[in-house]
Amino acid sequence: MAAQVRVLRQRIRSAKGMKKITKAMELVATSRIAKAQARVAASLPYAKAITGVLTALASNANVDHPLLVERPRVRRAGVLVITSDRGLAGGYSSNAIKTAESLIARLRADGKEPVLYVIGRKGVTYYRFRNRPVEANWTGFSEQPTFADARLVGETLIKAFASGADDEEAHPGPDGVHGVDELHIVYTQFQSLMTQTPTCRRIGPMEVEERPRSEAAPGLLPAYEFEPEAEALLDALLPKYVNTRIYAALIESAASESAARRRAMKSATDNAEEMIQNYTREMNAARQAGITQEISEIVGGANALAAAGSEV
Amino acid sequence: MAQQLHVELVAVEEKVWTGEAEMVVARTTEGELGVLPGHAPLLGQLAEPGQVRIKLAGGEQITYDVDGGFLSVTGEGVTVLAESATPASPTSPAATH
Repeated sequence: MAAQVRVLRQRIRSAKGMKKITKAMELVATSRIAKAQARVAASLPYAKAITGVLTALASNANVDHPLLVERPRVRRAGVLVITSDRGLAGGYSSNAIKTAESLIARLRADGKEPVLYVIGRKGVTYYRFRNRPVEANWTGFSEQPTFADARLVGETLIKAFASGADDEEAHPGPDGVHGVDELHIVYTQFQSLMTQTPTCRRIGPMEVEERPRSEAAPGLLPAYEFEPEAEALLDALLPKYVNTRIYAALIESAASESAARRRAMKSATDNAEEMIQNYTREMNAARQAGITQEISEIVGGANALAAAGSEV
Repeated sequence: MAQQLHVELVAVEEKVWTGEAEMVVARTTEGELGVLPGHAPLLGQLAEPGQVRIKLAGGEQITYDVDGGFLSVTGEGVTVLAESATPASPTSPAATH
């Protein structure tokens, strides 16, 4: 009996320790969600401004920039998957990977060869364990990405995309680099604290949306002057636009990651609480049973002694 | 009181400065450029490394070091897009015109 009580007490202690850890992680994740959301909000003015500038540029210039035109034959398609560096975030990383896998299957069915780019240690381990080649990977910033990180990723992707233009069938082109003809990005959209959906988007070539002028901007679009000329500007702006898209995906994924982690840690804390409660009940019952038994042993012993004494 | 320019200076990670100003001076890849109220619509790429000077009504001047910047002038005002923008240190020689 005493042994059972001791074992239960130990279990309660370890459950309490676990609860402390998960509770702390839950609190940290909660504060990170707020921070990540603030960063999403802070990045909006720039995103809006660059979209406006691009719209103005596109309606004034020839839109046949390589980043805007679909290649006639798509052989290799780059897929950028954003996962987390750390686990304990519920299904966050595995959902993103699952979405990426279905995108890859779809690309394969279309006769395109997927080329993987992975952000986050979880994704890297996933593909390494399965011996799948990863073209490039970046880790260490999934929870708090900066624009410098996004630019690093973006430059690699754009370089691959640009060098894919001259590739021949299954061979690198004259530049000797085996590039890609399409760029896709898989990230997790932050819909609410409870819902985060993994999504895939094509970021290269970009889809040009033709909108009726009245809807895009009421009235006439101003006739812009360009310095330097429009084509050169487009050349300089589009890669930056891709970088900002990647940055936007990164910070949104970071918010989603924290939200997923908060939820996972909350349910872990709740479970630990329940466990502690159950063990405490069991321990009390065991202790009570021990006491009852002791008393009945004493009473039994006393009765036996009394009976023995009266017989003499 | 003369007409004022509505100026927005936005970096990727945050909105850096916004307000009314008399004039914005920046250097594009083609050359130095000053924007006064009523300027024709313009899109420009800023030279690297670039500086943007915002002249306020009181004669005050705010200077920012801008990286990877673009300048957009529309009827509504001036927008400076930058990958990063930091207030220029007052001691840097380029800040004093």
